[in-house]
Amino acid sequence: MEVPILKQGSFLIATVQAALTDADLLQFRTAIIHQVVRSRSRGVILDVTDLDVMDSFASRTIREIAQMIRLRGAETVIVGIQPEVAFAMVQLGLTMEGVATALDLEEGLAYLNQKIKTVAS
Amino acid sequence: MRLENAAIAAVGDVSVDEIRVSITSDQDIIAARHQGRALAVKLDFSPGDATLIATAISELARNIVSYARHGEIRIRPAQNGERPCIVIIAWDDGPGIQDIGQAMRDGFSTSGSLGLGLPGVRRLMDDFEIVSEQGKGTTVTVRKWKP
Repeated sequence: MEVPILKQGSFLIATVQAALTDADLLQFRTAIIHQVVRSRSRGVILDVTDLDVMDSFASRTIREIAQMIRLRGAETVIVGIQPEVAFAMVQLGLTMEGVATALDLEEGLAYLNQKIKTVAS
Repeated sequence: MRLENAAIAAVGDVSVDEIRVSITSDQDIIAARHQGRALAVKLDFSPGDATLIATAISELARNIVSYARHGEIRIRPAQNGERPCIVIIAWDDGPGIQDIGQAMRDGFSTSGSLGLGLPGVRRLMDDFEIVSEQGKGTTVTVRKWKP
């Protein structure tokens, strides 16, 4: 299952639409980094609203993606982590340390706009 | 080696309702947690508990793929008197775990993964039992009780 990546101005929006295998996640990691480079993106929103399980592998891979994107000078924000998923992640001992999170797409966009404004000024 | 010797009499029994998912690849991990969630919902677990169960299955199945390459996830309903529960058994005939005490500590891993697997699964579920023999394999049995 491929994760579609949409270009929205200087941002990229990636929406996870179904459960991802480890291979899907790794493929997404490669795709999003390339897209950030190609589009000279300033920010990435990863929408995980439809993700029903975030296990250790998924959360580690997403953290790595955010770190790589930061090294390119862009920001990542994860949006839409479901309450049940958040609860399970905490029980499992998984944190999204160092990765911005927001309630939904709208909040995520607001966060990125704010972040970029701060950098510009 | 055995940790937390809980009385699990039915480990060897094959219940009619038992779901078995053979685990050999990362795709099977998704199939297993899918089945687990479906049974949890059928047994009327809350959406929150169903997610905890699916997440635990994901971690257990991933351990099979990472360490043993081949194994099985067995999922079935059970009961203690009136109180129902869901039982997950993660079985493999891999190399076994050398030091279970160490494997149960947060942050320990031999496959380069985060190593949060087993202690995390223990926190997600209510009962946790692990039996591992070097060269023979590992069986992890976990249960979640209906509140």
